[in-house]
Amino acid sequence: MTAPAAASNGDTLVSVRNLRKEFPIKKGVFSRQVGAVKAVNDVSFDVARGETLGVVGESGCGKTTTGRTILRLIEPTSGEISFEGRDVRSMGTSELRALRREMQIIFQDPVSSLNPRMTVGAIIREGLTIHHLAEGAAADARVKQLLQEVGLRAEYSSRYPHEFSGGQRQRIGIARALSVEPKFIVCDEPVSALDVSVQAQVINLLVDLQREHDLTYLFIAHDLSVVEHIADRVAVMYLGKVVELATSDDLYREPLMPYTQALLSAVPVADPKARKDRIILQGDVPSPANPPSGCVFHPRCHHPAKDEACARIVPPLEEKAPGHFAACIKQPPTVIDWDQQKQAGGVHPPERYLPLAAVHA
Amino acid sequence: MKRSATLTIDVDHSMTQPLLSIRDLRTYFYTEAGVARSVDGVSFDIGAGETVGIVGESGCGKSVTALSILRLIQPPGRIESGSRIEFEGKDLVTLGDTEMRHVRGNRISMIFQEPMSALNPVFTVGDQVAEVARIHAGLSRRKAWDRAVETLALTGMPAPEERAKQYPHQLSGGMRQRVLIAMALIMKPALVIADEPTTALDVTIQAQILDLLMHLQKEFGTSILMITHDLGVIAETTSRVIVMYAGEIVEEAAVDELFAKPHHPYTEGLMHSMPHIGHDQERLNVIPGTVPAPTNWPQGCRFFDRCPYSWDLPEREHPPLYDVGANHTSRCHLAIEPARRNNPHPPLVVVEGVGAA
Repeated sequence: MTAPAAASNGDTLVSVRNLRKEFPIKKGVFSRQVGAVKAVNDVSFDVARGETLGVVGESGCGKTTTGRTILRLIEPTSGEISFEGRDVRSMGTSELRALRREMQIIFQDPVSSLNPRMTVGAIIREGLTIHHLAEGAAADARVKQLLQEVGLRAEYSSRYPHEFSGGQRQRIGIARALSVEPKFIVCDEPVSALDVSVQAQVINLLVDLQREHDLTYLFIAHDLSVVEHIADRVAVMYLGKVVELATSDDLYREPLMPYTQALLSAVPVADPKARKDRIILQGDVPSPANPPSGCVFHPRCHHPAKDEACARIVPPLEEKAPGHFAACIKQPPTVIDWDQQKQAGGVHPPERYLPLAAVHA
Repeated sequence: MKRSATLTIDVDHSMTQPLLSIRDLRTYFYTEAGVARSVDGVSFDIGAGETVGIVGESGCGKSVTALSILRLIQPPGRIESGSRIEFEGKDLVTLGDTEMRHVRGNRISMIFQEPMSALNPVFTVGDQVAEVARIHAGLSRRKAWDRAVETLALTGMPAPEERAKQYPHQLSGGMRQRVLIAMALIMKPALVIADEPTTALDVTIQAQILDLLMHLQKEFGTSILMITHDLGVIAETTSRVIVMYAGEIVEEAAVDELFAKPHHPYTEGLMHSMPHIGHDQERLNVIPGTVPAPTNWPQGCRFFDRCPYSWDLPEREHPPLYDVGANHTSRCHLAIEPARRNNPHPPLVVVEGVGAA
């Protein structure tokens, strides 16, 4: 499989190759393994220094597992992860601890991700202490500076998390992540739990901080409009696989993978005059314990050329246009040529299908 | 025209008698921190077959309004005297408990946000749908079951006979929401209150459920009160919109009018702070600050310190709902001094640090 190259400047910070994570399904008194949930199933991508790579997809598509696996908060089953050229998977405990200073995470739920028994100051200080970055008065000063940087008052350091609103708690989580001066932050649905007006404040804060500290983000979200706003490139995941990867502009202007098309068309538009033809997918996402054969999306796919070949051939994530990768053997060009498709039972040759073109024109 | 604290029946919105008519609804919670005036003088109508949306952020009072209509407010909360909720010729505020039970689930039903916690985990979903018909229509077990399966089929549930025998945990989120919709519709109620019916669902499933609700509404002629924080859901499903802020209605208009000409600065702020697909913006507009506490609403205009147009009048005087267009009302003094909109200023709320504004 050709690995999707990094964005324009080519300076790769994080590189993921053929990443897999399977969670065993156990049954009976002896906890015999009877199957596995393929949460992340052969995922590869690069994140360039200073860029924001968005990861979108619905519940259970593996986006959160992918983010946590990169930090080794979840151990991958197989695959390669490198950070600034260093192999993350082979690192020992002390190396990993040093690495965690450079890679941080911001969680979705600002309530459960802050220890209710610790003051805000203690929460932010913890990282400074663990990584021996500052002590005593210097640490106090740094905590105050961090609070101000995320738009909170310095006096708040002696308060407890329950005294704050959701948006303020998310700012505390961001201050904690920033405290160790990381290079890379996994933002795991950082604004999903917030109201619209507060969400905009936190997104603007993340954008400002990125510019000031040269941060690189892996921005995981299910809200496509938020991801379009913040991300330079976007990876769309479905059932543990990256099914499309392109610059934010290309992906939203011309989604190639039928799943991305359906996902984009499903977003309600806040304009009553813009009622559009919606692609309504039938049924639910299949179980990742027993994913469909061939293309994992084929049972729900609306591409007019869909046929038996889609159920037999696993589509490679291939470059359909410069920098625009998609996994669909019916969307030309494809390395799976027509003869191969016919041998697999194909009856419809690949044809370009862009049902949303009119909508976004 | 003021509609805030009057009891006069307003005939502007519908030619005929409205199905539901709420006047000066006040629902207060008597907490240790003080009296939380969660819903504070709300008046609106819903016509037969109409879909009305209430939009607002957490704590604006939209869900408490919904629960008040069904009289599901628990102590320390209560509906204050003087509040009126007229429905099919009855005042629901003063209705006896037995009669209220007849209204609930039969004439007015509700679809809740979280389909898992709204279902009982130890009964099959078929039993739970059938129970509604047994209680309200007095159907036998057998007949109620058949009707439940029929209604589940109407909601697009695949293999409804088999699914009816399953328990909630065996169904996906989208299917559980279909079960709740079946429970809400089995008695063919006159009004369905949908409180964030798709917020817990993924977008592709949300599209299925909204499509289903709109389809069923056309089929049965049911009125829907759609409560949501999502302006996209409002734009796609409703014909008239009510915007709530700090326990009050701050704006009401037909959906096309509201999106084309939002009047209240809060409505305007909400619309601008959402990222839109296909619109490239460097920075999102932000409503600075947070919603005030319901125990301590500001005097005068409740949006005063977050507003980019405020001056001394909004601070002094609580704005009434002004008429600002055809069937379009707004609780903002800009209605009487429109020129001030041309001179926005930084809001008064304290803005600190990078990214706060």
